Amino acid sequence: MCTMEQRGRVFVLTLTGDDEHRLSHALIASIRSSVASVAAASASAGPGTALVTVGEGRFFSNGLDNIWAGTSRERLQGLVDELRPLAADLLALPMPTIAAITGHAAAGGFLLALCHDYRIMRGDRGVLYMSEVDIGLPLPPYFVSVLRAKITAANALRDVTLRGRKLKAAEAKEMGIVDAVCPGPAETAAEAIKLAEQLAARKWDGNVYASIRMSIFPEACRSIGIVEESDEEKRKHFASRL
Amino acid sequence: MCTLEQRGRVFVLTLTGDDEHRLSHALIASIRSSVASVAAAAASAGPGTALVTVGEGRFFSNGLDNIWAGTSRERLQGLVDALSPLAADLFALPMPTIAAITGHAAAGGFLLALCHDYRIMRGDRGVLYMSEVDIGLPLPPYFVSVLRSKITAANALRDVTLRGRKLKAAEAKEMGIVDAVCPGPAETAAEAIKLAEQLAARKWDGNVYASIRMSIFPEACRSIGIVEESDEEKRKHFASRL
Repeated sequence: MCTMEQRGRVFVLTLTGDDEHRLSHALIASIRSSVASVAAASASAGPGTALVTVGEGRFFSNGLDNIWAGTSRERLQGLVDELRPLAADLLALPMPTIAAITGHAAAGGFLLALCHDYRIMRGDRGVLYMSEVDIGLPLPPYFVSVLRAKITAANALRDVTLRGRKLKAAEAKEMGIVDAVCPGPAETAAEAIKLAEQLAARKWDGNVYASIRMSIFPEACRSIGIVEESDEEKRKHFASRL
Repeated sequence: MCTLEQRGRVFVLTLTGDDEHRLSHALIASIRSSVASVAAAAASAGPGTALVTVGEGRFFSNGLDNIWAGTSRERLQGLVDALSPLAADLFALPMPTIAAITGHAAAGGFLLALCHDYRIMRGDRGVLYMSEVDIGLPLPPYFVSVLRSKITAANALRDVTLRGRKLKAAEAKEMGIVDAVCPGPAETAAEAIKLAEQLAARKWDGNVYASIRMSIFPEACRSIGIVEESDEEKRKHFASRL
Protein backbone atom coordinates (compact mmCIF):
# COMPACT_ATOMS: atom_id res chain seq x y z
CA MET A 1 0.00 0.00 0.00
CA CYS A 2 2.41 2.68 1.21
CA THR A 3 5.60 2.95 3.20
CA MET A 4 7.14 5.82 5.15
CA GLU A 5 10.83 6.36 5.75
CA GLN A 6 12.87 9.16 7.15
CA ARG A 7 16.04 10.25 5.37
CA GLY A 8 17.63 12.90 7.51
CA ARG A 9 15.18 15.81 7.63
CA VAL A 10 13.03 14.45 4.78
CA PHE A 11 10.10 12.06 5.16
CA VAL A 12 9.46 9.93 2.08
CA LEU A 13 6.00 8.44 1.58
CA THR A 14 6.01 5.81 -1.16
CA LEU A 15 2.89 4.42 -2.85
CA THR A 16 4.21 0.92 -3.36
CA GLY A 17 3.76 -1.66 -6.11
CA ASP A 18 3.49 -1.44 -9.88
CA ASP A 19 -0.28 -1.01 -9.88
CA GLU A 20 -2.60 1.97 -10.30
CA HIS A 21 -2.42 2.96 -6.60
CA ARG A 22 -6.18 3.29 -6.70
CA LEU A 23 -7.36 5.28 -3.71
CA SER A 24 -9.36 2.62 -1.92
CA HIS A 25 -10.52 2.90 1.69
CA ALA A 26 -7.51 0.80 2.68
CA LEU A 27 -4.94 2.88 0.81
CA ILE A 28 -6.40 6.19 1.94
CA ALA A 29 -6.33 4.96 5.55
CA SER A 30 -2.76 3.78 5.11
CA ILE A 31 -1.64 7.13 3.67
CA ARG A 32 -3.45 9.04 6.43
CA SER A 33 -1.74 6.93 9.03
CA SER A 34 1.67 7.65 7.52
CA VAL A 35 0.95 11.37 7.24
CA ALA A 36 -0.19 11.43 10.88
CA SER A 37 3.07 9.79 11.97
CA VAL A 38 5.01 12.39 9.95
CA ALA A 39 3.15 15.21 11.70
CA ALA A 40 3.91 13.62 15.06
CA ALA A 41 7.57 13.00 14.23
CA SER A 42 8.03 16.59 13.08
CA ALA A 43 6.94 17.87 16.46
CA SER A 44 9.88 16.10 18.10
CA ALA A 45 12.22 16.64 15.15
CA GLY A 46 12.04 20.42 15.53
CA PRO A 47 12.08 23.05 12.77
CA GLY A 48 13.22 22.07 9.29
CA THR A 49 11.55 18.96 7.87
CA ALA A 50 9.77 18.19 4.60
CA LEU A 51 7.59 15.49 3.04
CA VAL A 52 8.01 13.87 -0.36
CA THR A 53 5.25 11.65 -1.77
CA VAL A 54 6.36 9.35 -4.57
CA GLY A 55 4.88 6.43 -6.49
CA GLU A 56 6.45 3.19 -7.66
CA GLY A 57 5.68 1.94 -11.14
CA ARG A 58 3.80 3.56 -13.99
CA PHE A 59 1.22 5.37 -11.85
CA PHE A 60 1.35 8.08 -9.21
CA SER A 61 -2.34 7.33 -8.64
CA ASN A 62 -5.19 6.65 -11.04
CA GLY A 63 -7.71 8.10 -8.60
CA LEU A 64 -10.48 6.74 -6.41
CA ASP A 65 -11.19 3.03 -6.61
CA ASN A 66 -13.99 3.28 -9.19
CA ILE A 67 -13.54 -0.39 -10.00
CA TRP A 68 -14.59 -1.42 -6.51
CA ALA A 69 -17.32 1.24 -6.42
CA GLY A 70 -18.80 0.02 -9.69
CA THR A 71 -22.26 1.49 -10.25
CA SER A 72 -22.90 2.05 -6.55
CA ARG A 73 -23.41 5.73 -5.77
CA GLU A 74 -23.00 5.03 -2.08
CA ARG A 75 -19.62 3.39 -2.61
CA LEU A 76 -18.36 6.20 -4.82
CA GLN A 77 -19.64 8.90 -2.47
CA GLY A 78 -18.00 7.00 0.39
CA LEU A 79 -14.63 7.13 -1.35
CA VAL A 80 -15.07 10.82 -2.19
CA ASP A 81 -15.83 11.46 1.48
CA GLU A 82 -12.84 9.41 2.58
CA LEU A 83 -10.31 11.35 0.50
CA ARG A 84 -11.39 14.72 1.88
CA PRO A 85 -9.76 14.38 5.33
CA LEU A 86 -6.53 13.25 3.67
CA ALA A 87 -6.56 16.46 1.65
CA ALA A 88 -7.05 18.30 4.95
CA ASP A 89 -4.14 16.44 6.57
CA LEU A 90 -1.86 17.54 3.74
CA LEU A 91 -3.01 21.18 3.66
CA ALA A 92 -2.50 21.36 7.42
CA LEU A 93 0.83 19.51 7.53
CA PRO A 94 3.48 21.47 9.46
CA MET A 95 6.19 21.19 6.81
CA PRO A 96 6.70 21.75 3.08
CA THR A 97 5.27 18.99 0.89
CA ILE A 98 6.40 17.83 -2.54
CA ALA A 99 4.66 15.43 -4.90
CA ALA A 100 7.15 13.49 -7.03
CA ILE A 101 4.79 12.62 -9.88
CA THR A 102 6.51 9.50 -11.12
CA GLY A 103 3.58 8.31 -13.26
CA HIS A 104 0.01 9.02 -14.31
CA ALA A 105 -2.02 11.09 -11.88
CA ALA A 106 -5.71 11.08 -12.73
CA ALA A 107 -8.82 12.40 -10.98
CA GLY A 108 -8.36 11.79 -7.23
CA GLY A 109 -4.70 11.01 -7.92
CA PHE A 110 -4.27 14.38 -9.62
CA LEU A 111 -6.02 15.96 -6.65
CA LEU A 112 -3.63 14.22 -4.26
CA ALA A 113 -0.71 15.75 -6.16
CA LEU A 114 -2.36 19.20 -6.05
CA CYS A 115 -2.66 18.96 -2.27
CA HIS A 116 1.14 19.24 -2.06
CA ASP A 117 3.04 22.57 -2.07
CA TYR A 118 5.32 21.60 -5.00
CA ARG A 119 5.01 19.21 -7.94
CA ILE A 120 7.96 17.66 -9.77
CA MET A 121 7.01 15.38 -12.64
CA ARG A 122 8.68 12.97 -15.04
CA GLY A 123 8.71 14.29 -18.56
CA ASP A 124 9.10 11.04 -20.47
CA ARG A 125 5.78 9.35 -19.65
CA GLY A 126 2.63 9.96 -17.71
CA VAL A 127 -0.10 12.55 -17.76
CA LEU A 128 -2.13 14.65 -15.36
CA TYR A 129 -5.80 14.15 -16.15
CA MET A 130 -9.07 15.23 -14.55
CA SER A 131 -11.21 12.54 -16.10
CA GLU A 132 -14.58 13.47 -14.62
CA VAL A 133 -15.95 15.35 -17.62
CA ASP A 134 -15.10 12.38 -19.86
CA ILE A 135 -16.60 9.84 -17.45
CA GLY A 136 -19.73 11.93 -17.00
CA LEU A 137 -19.31 12.81 -13.33
CA PRO A 138 -19.52 16.26 -11.79
CA LEU A 139 -16.56 17.28 -9.66
CA PRO A 140 -16.91 16.92 -5.90
CA PRO A 141 -17.06 20.43 -4.39
CA TYR A 142 -13.79 20.13 -2.48
CA PHE A 143 -12.04 18.89 -5.65
CA VAL A 144 -13.18 22.13 -7.30
CA SER A 145 -11.93 24.23 -4.39
CA VAL A 146 -8.48 22.66 -4.48
CA LEU A 147 -8.33 22.94 -8.28
CA ARG A 148 -9.31 26.61 -8.11
CA ALA A 149 -6.72 27.26 -5.42
CA LYS A 150 -3.83 25.59 -7.24
CA ILE A 151 -4.68 26.18 -10.93
CA THR A 152 -5.35 29.89 -11.04
CA ALA A 153 -5.12 30.75 -14.74
CA ALA A 154 -8.69 30.57 -16.07
CA ASN A 155 -7.77 28.91 -19.34
CA ALA A 156 -5.64 26.33 -17.54
CA LEU A 157 -8.47 25.53 -15.13
CA ARG A 158 -10.89 25.26 -18.05
CA ASP A 159 -8.54 23.00 -20.02
CA VAL A 160 -8.10 20.70 -17.02
CA THR A 161 -11.72 20.48 -15.88
CA LEU A 162 -13.85 21.29 -18.95
CA ARG A 163 -11.65 19.95 -21.70
CA GLY A 164 -10.41 16.84 -19.91
CA ARG A 165 -6.98 17.62 -21.24
CA LYS A 166 -4.26 15.06 -20.58
CA LEU A 167 -1.21 17.08 -19.62
CA LYS A 168 2.32 15.91 -20.09
CA ALA A 169 4.82 17.38 -17.65
CA ALA A 170 6.15 20.06 -20.01
CA GLU A 171 2.66 21.36 -20.75
CA ALA A 172 1.78 21.26 -17.08
CA LYS A 173 4.88 23.29 -16.26
CA GLU A 174 3.92 25.90 -18.84
CA MET A 175 0.48 26.12 -17.25
CA GLY A 176 2.00 26.63 -13.81
CA ILE A 177 0.69 23.30 -12.49
CA VAL A 178 4.07 21.55 -12.22
CA ASP A 179 7.23 23.21 -10.93
CA ALA A 180 9.94 21.11 -12.56
CA VAL A 181 10.25 18.39 -15.20
CA CYS A 182 12.75 15.54 -14.94
CA PRO A 183 13.83 12.93 -17.49
CA GLY A 184 12.48 9.85 -15.71
CA PRO A 185 11.13 8.49 -12.43
CA ALA A 186 14.48 8.10 -10.67
CA GLU A 187 15.50 11.66 -11.49
CA THR A 188 12.06 12.93 -10.47
CA ALA A 189 12.31 11.28 -7.06
CA ALA A 190 15.90 12.48 -6.62
CA GLU A 191 15.00 16.06 -7.58
CA ALA A 192 12.04 16.01 -5.21
CA ILE A 193 14.22 14.85 -2.33
CA LYS A 194 16.86 17.45 -3.20
CA LEU A 195 14.21 20.21 -3.13
CA ALA A 196 12.86 18.79 0.13
CA GLU A 197 16.35 19.00 1.66
CA GLN A 198 16.73 22.61 0.48
CA LEU A 199 13.38 23.56 1.96
CA ALA A 200 14.08 21.69 5.21
CA ALA A 201 17.39 23.53 5.49
CA ARG A 202 15.45 26.82 5.81
CA LYS A 203 14.46 25.59 9.29
CA TRP A 204 10.99 27.06 9.10
CA ASP A 205 8.78 26.69 12.16
CA GLY A 206 6.34 24.02 10.98
CA ASN A 207 3.29 25.51 12.67
CA VAL A 208 3.96 28.96 11.21
CA TYR A 209 4.53 27.37 7.79
CA ALA A 210 1.22 25.50 7.96
CA SER A 211 -0.54 28.63 9.22
CA ILE A 212 0.73 30.66 6.25
CA ARG A 213 -0.21 27.89 3.84
CA MET A 214 -3.75 27.64 5.17
CA SER A 215 -4.12 31.42 5.15
CA ILE A 216 -3.29 31.66 1.43
CA PHE A 217 -5.84 28.94 0.48
CA PRO A 218 -8.83 29.78 2.69
CA GLU A 219 -11.57 28.57 0.36
CA ALA A 220 -9.86 25.22 -0.25
CA CYS A 221 -9.29 24.78 3.47
CA ARG A 222 -12.90 25.59 4.28
CA SER A 223 -14.07 23.18 1.59
CA ILE A 224 -11.98 20.26 2.81
CA GLY A 225 -13.09 20.81 6.37
CA ILE A 226 -10.23 22.73 7.98
CA VAL A 227 -11.97 25.13 10.33
CA GLU A 228 -10.90 28.65 9.57
CA GLU A 229 -9.65 30.78 12.37
CA SER A 230 -11.77 33.87 12.83
CA ASP A 231 -9.99 37.16 12.25
CA GLU A 232 -9.92 37.58 16.03
CA GLU A 233 -8.30 34.17 16.47
CA LYS A 234 -5.83 35.01 13.73
CA ARG A 235 -4.94 38.28 15.45
CA LYS A 236 -4.40 36.42 18.73
CA HIS A 237 -2.44 33.68 16.97
CA PHE A 238 -0.33 36.32 15.28
CA ALA A 239 0.13 38.20 18.56
CA SER A 240 1.11 34.99 20.38
CA ARG A 241 3.85 34.38 17.83
CA LEU A 242 5.55 37.69 18.37
CA MET B 1 10.15 61.06 6.60
CA CYS B 2 8.30 61.83 3.39
CA THR B 3 7.68 64.73 1.07
CA LEU B 4 4.94 65.46 -1.42
CA GLU B 5 5.24 67.56 -4.54
CA GLN B 6 3.05 68.19 -7.54
CA ARG B 7 4.55 68.10 -11.01
CA GLY B 8 1.80 69.06 -13.40
CA ARG B 9 -0.87 66.39 -13.09
CA VAL B 10 1.38 63.99 -11.18
CA PHE B 11 1.78 63.90 -7.39
CA VAL B 12 5.14 62.52 -6.23
CA LEU B 13 5.41 61.12 -2.71
CA THR B 14 9.03 60.57 -1.73
CA LEU B 15 10.21 58.44 1.21
CA THR B 16 13.20 60.57 2.10
CA GLY B 17 16.67 59.74 3.40
CA ASP B 18 19.11 56.92 2.77
CA ASP B 19 17.72 54.68 5.50
CA GLU B 20 15.42 51.67 5.52
CA HIS B 21 12.21 53.79 5.50
CA ARG B 22 10.96 51.54 8.28
CA LEU B 23 7.21 51.94 8.65
CA SER B 24 7.07 53.45 12.11
CA HIS B 25 3.97 55.14 13.53
CA ALA B 26 5.53 58.48 12.56
CA LEU B 27 6.29 57.54 8.97
CA ILE B 28 2.92 55.85 8.47
CA ALA B 29 1.16 58.96 9.80
CA SER B 30 3.32 61.16 7.57
CA ILE B 31 2.50 59.10 4.47
CA ARG B 32 -1.20 59.05 5.34
CA SER B 33 -1.18 62.80 5.73
CA SER B 34 0.44 63.22 2.31
CA VAL B 35 -1.98 60.77 0.69
CA ALA B 36 -4.91 62.63 2.25
CA SER B 37 -3.70 65.92 0.84
CA VAL B 38 -3.33 64.27 -2.58
CA ALA B 39 -6.94 63.06 -2.41
CA ALA B 40 -8.08 66.56 -1.47
CA ALA B 41 -6.00 68.20 -4.20
CA ALA B 42 -7.43 65.76 -6.74
CA ALA B 43 -10.93 66.97 -5.98
CA SER B 44 -10.03 70.53 -6.99
CA ALA B 45 -7.63 69.50 -9.76
CA GLY B 46 -10.38 67.76 -11.73
CA PRO B 47 -10.11 64.60 -13.81
CA GLY B 48 -6.69 63.31 -14.82
CA THR B 49 -4.16 63.02 -12.00
CA ALA B 50 -1.86 60.24 -10.75
CA LEU B 51 0.33 59.39 -7.77
CA VAL B 52 3.91 58.09 -7.84
CA THR B 53 5.50 56.78 -4.63
CA VAL B 54 9.29 56.65 -4.71
CA GLY B 55 12.08 56.00 -2.23
CA GLU B 56 15.46 57.68 -1.82
CA GLY B 57 18.49 55.52 -1.16
CA ARG B 58 18.88 51.75 -1.17
CA PHE B 59 15.46 50.93 0.24
CA PHE B 60 11.89 51.43 -0.92
CA SER B 61 10.88 50.23 2.55
CA ASN B 62 12.17 47.42 4.73
CA GLY B 63 8.77 47.00 6.37
CA LEU B 64 7.28 47.71 9.77
CA ASP B 65 9.59 49.09 12.45
CA ASN B 66 10.46 45.72 14.03
CA ILE B 67 13.52 47.29 15.63
CA TRP B 68 11.39 49.66 17.70
CA ALA B 69 8.82 46.92 18.37
CA GLY B 70 11.47 44.49 19.62
CA THR B 71 9.86 41.56 21.42
CA SER B 72 6.74 43.50 22.32
CA ARG B 73 3.65 41.87 20.85
CA GLU B 74 1.61 44.97 21.53
CA ARG B 75 4.03 47.21 19.66
CA LEU B 76 4.17 44.95 16.62
CA GLN B 77 0.41 44.46 16.55
CA GLY B 78 0.06 48.23 16.85
CA LEU B 79 2.20 48.77 13.79
CA VAL B 80 0.31 46.09 11.84
CA ASP B 81 -2.93 47.84 12.80
CA ALA B 82 -1.54 51.26 11.81
CA LEU B 83 -0.59 50.14 8.29
CA SER B 84 -4.05 48.80 7.43
CA PRO B 85 -5.72 52.23 7.07
CA LEU B 86 -2.85 53.40 4.84
CA ALA B 87 -3.53 50.40 2.63
CA ALA B 88 -7.17 51.47 2.59
CA ASP B 89 -6.25 55.05 1.67
CA LEU B 90 -4.31 53.77 -1.33
CA PHE B 91 -6.99 51.33 -2.48
CA ALA B 92 -9.58 54.10 -2.27
CA LEU B 93 -7.44 56.85 -3.83
CA PRO B 94 -9.28 58.57 -6.69
CA MET B 95 -6.41 58.35 -9.19
CA PRO B 96 -3.98 55.79 -10.63
CA THR B 97 -1.09 54.92 -8.34
CA ILE B 98 2.42 53.76 -9.25
CA ALA B 99 5.11 52.43 -6.94
CA ALA B 100 8.60 53.29 -8.20
CA ILE B 101 10.48 50.53 -6.39
CA THR B 102 13.86 52.16 -6.16
CA GLY B 103 15.28 49.74 -3.59
CA HIS B 104 14.51 46.77 -1.36
CA ALA B 105 10.85 46.28 -0.48
CA ALA B 106 10.37 43.73 2.30
CA ALA B 107 7.36 42.61 4.32
CA GLY B 108 5.24 45.72 5.04
CA GLY B 109 7.31 47.59 2.45
CA PHE B 110 6.48 44.95 -0.18
CA LEU B 111 2.86 45.26 0.89
CA LEU B 112 2.98 49.04 0.45
CA ALA B 113 4.20 48.54 -3.11
CA LEU B 114 1.43 46.00 -3.77
CA CYS B 115 -1.18 48.54 -2.67
CA HIS B 116 -0.38 50.56 -5.79
CA ASP B 117 -1.95 49.90 -9.20
CA TYR B 118 1.42 49.60 -10.97
CA ARG B 119 4.96 48.65 -9.97
CA ILE B 120 8.11 49.75 -11.76
CA MET B 121 11.34 48.42 -10.26
CA ARG B 122 15.06 48.89 -10.65
CA GLY B 123 16.74 45.85 -12.10
CA ASP B 124 20.28 46.41 -10.90
CA ARG B 125 19.79 46.02 -7.16
CA GLY B 126 17.10 45.36 -4.62
CA VAL B 127 14.65 42.57 -3.96
CA LEU B 128 11.00 42.05 -3.12
CA TYR B 129 10.78 39.79 -0.08
CA MET B 130 7.98 38.58 2.20
CA SER B 131 10.17 37.72 5.16
CA GLU B 132 7.52 36.44 7.55
CA VAL B 133 8.04 32.69 6.97
CA ASP B 134 11.78 33.10 7.60
CA ILE B 135 11.24 35.21 10.72
CA GLY B 136 8.60 32.78 12.01
CA LEU B 137 5.60 35.08 11.92
CA PRO B 138 2.24 34.27 10.37
CA LEU B 139 0.99 36.84 7.88
CA PRO B 140 -1.51 39.44 9.11
CA PRO B 141 -4.88 38.64 7.51
CA TYR B 142 -5.05 41.83 5.45
CA PHE B 143 -1.52 41.20 4.14
CA VAL B 144 -2.79 37.84 2.86
CA SER B 145 -5.80 39.46 1.22
CA VAL B 146 -3.70 42.03 -0.61
CA LEU B 147 -1.15 39.39 -1.65
CA ARG B 148 -3.89 37.14 -3.00
CA SER B 149 -5.38 40.02 -4.96
CA LYS B 150 -2.17 41.17 -6.57
CA ILE B 151 -0.25 37.89 -6.93
CA THR B 152 -2.74 35.59 -8.57
CA ALA B 153 -0.58 32.79 -9.98
CA ALA B 154 -0.66 30.04 -7.35
CA ASN B 155 2.99 29.12 -7.68
CA ALA B 156 4.06 32.78 -7.52
CA LEU B 157 1.99 33.31 -4.36
CA ARG B 158 3.51 30.16 -2.88
CA ASP B 159 7.07 31.20 -3.76
CA VAL B 160 6.55 34.64 -2.19
CA THR B 161 4.77 33.58 1.02
CA LEU B 162 5.79 29.93 1.65
CA ARG B 163 9.26 29.91 0.17
CA GLY B 164 10.32 33.38 1.28
CA ARG B 165 11.82 33.94 -2.13
CA LYS B 166 13.78 37.14 -2.66
CA LEU B 167 12.75 38.44 -6.05
CA LYS B 168 14.88 40.59 -8.27
CA ALA B 169 12.95 42.85 -10.63
CA ALA B 170 13.30 40.59 -13.68
CA GLU B 171 11.97 37.56 -11.80
CA ALA B 172 9.16 39.64 -10.33
CA LYS B 173 8.20 40.84 -13.80
CA GLU B 174 8.08 37.23 -15.08
CA MET B 175 5.80 36.37 -12.17
CA GLY B 176 3.48 39.25 -12.98
CA ILE B 177 4.28 41.16 -9.79
CA VAL B 178 6.20 44.02 -11.41
CA ASP B 179 5.18 45.77 -14.61
CA ALA B 180 8.48 47.14 -15.88
CA VAL B 181 12.18 46.89 -15.07
CA CYS B 182 14.57 49.85 -15.35
CA PRO B 183 18.36 50.01 -15.17
CA GLY B 184 18.67 52.05 -11.97
CA PRO B 185 16.81 54.25 -9.50
CA ALA B 186 16.80 57.43 -11.59
CA GLU B 187 15.41 55.62 -14.63
CA THR B 188 12.87 53.87 -12.43
CA ALA B 189 11.57 57.14 -11.03
CA ALA B 190 11.56 58.74 -14.49
CA GLU B 191 9.67 55.82 -16.03
CA ALA B 192 7.15 55.86 -13.20
CA ILE B 193 6.49 59.56 -13.70
CA LYS B 194 6.23 59.08 -17.45
CA LEU B 195 3.63 56.33 -16.93
CA ALA B 196 1.84 58.53 -14.42
CA GLU B 197 1.64 61.32 -17.01
CA GLN B 198 0.27 58.90 -19.61
CA LEU B 199 -2.39 57.66 -17.20
CA ALA B 200 -3.28 61.18 -16.06
CA ALA B 201 -3.68 62.19 -19.71
CA ARG B 202 -6.59 59.74 -19.97
CA LYS B 203 -8.57 62.20 -17.82
CA TRP B 204 -10.38 59.52 -15.88
CA ASP B 205 -12.98 60.60 -13.36
CA GLY B 206 -11.14 59.83 -10.11
CA ASN B 207 -14.20 58.60 -8.24
CA VAL B 208 -15.16 56.23 -11.02
CA TYR B 209 -11.56 55.01 -11.21
CA ALA B 210 -11.48 54.31 -7.47
CA SER B 211 -14.88 52.64 -7.64
CA ILE B 212 -13.70 50.28 -10.38
CA ARG B 213 -10.48 49.54 -8.51
CA MET B 214 -12.30 48.67 -5.32
CA SER B 215 -14.82 46.58 -7.21
CA ILE B 216 -12.14 44.37 -8.73
CA PHE B 217 -10.48 43.71 -5.36
CA PRO B 218 -13.45 43.16 -3.04
CA GLU B 219 -11.81 40.69 -0.63
CA ALA B 220 -8.75 42.89 -0.16
CA CYS B 221 -10.93 45.96 0.39
CA ARG B 222 -13.08 44.15 2.91
CA SER B 223 -9.97 42.92 4.70
CA ILE B 224 -8.36 46.37 4.97
CA GLY B 225 -11.59 47.90 6.22
CA ILE B 226 -13.11 49.56 3.16
CA VAL B 227 -16.83 49.02 3.65
CA GLU B 228 -18.23 47.20 0.66
CA GLU B 229 -21.25 48.49 -1.15
CA SER B 230 -24.08 45.98 -1.24
CA ASP B 231 -25.01 44.65 -4.67
CA GLU B 232 -28.09 46.89 -4.52
CA GLU B 233 -25.96 49.93 -3.78
CA LYS B 234 -23.58 48.97 -6.58
CA ARG B 235 -26.52 48.71 -9.02
CA LYS B 236 -27.82 52.12 -7.94
CA HIS B 237 -24.32 53.63 -8.11
CA PHE B 238 -23.89 52.23 -11.60
CA ALA B 239 -27.31 53.43 -12.71
CA SER B 240 -26.68 56.92 -11.36
CA ARG B 241 -23.49 57.13 -13.43
CA LEU B 242 -25.21 56.42 -16.74
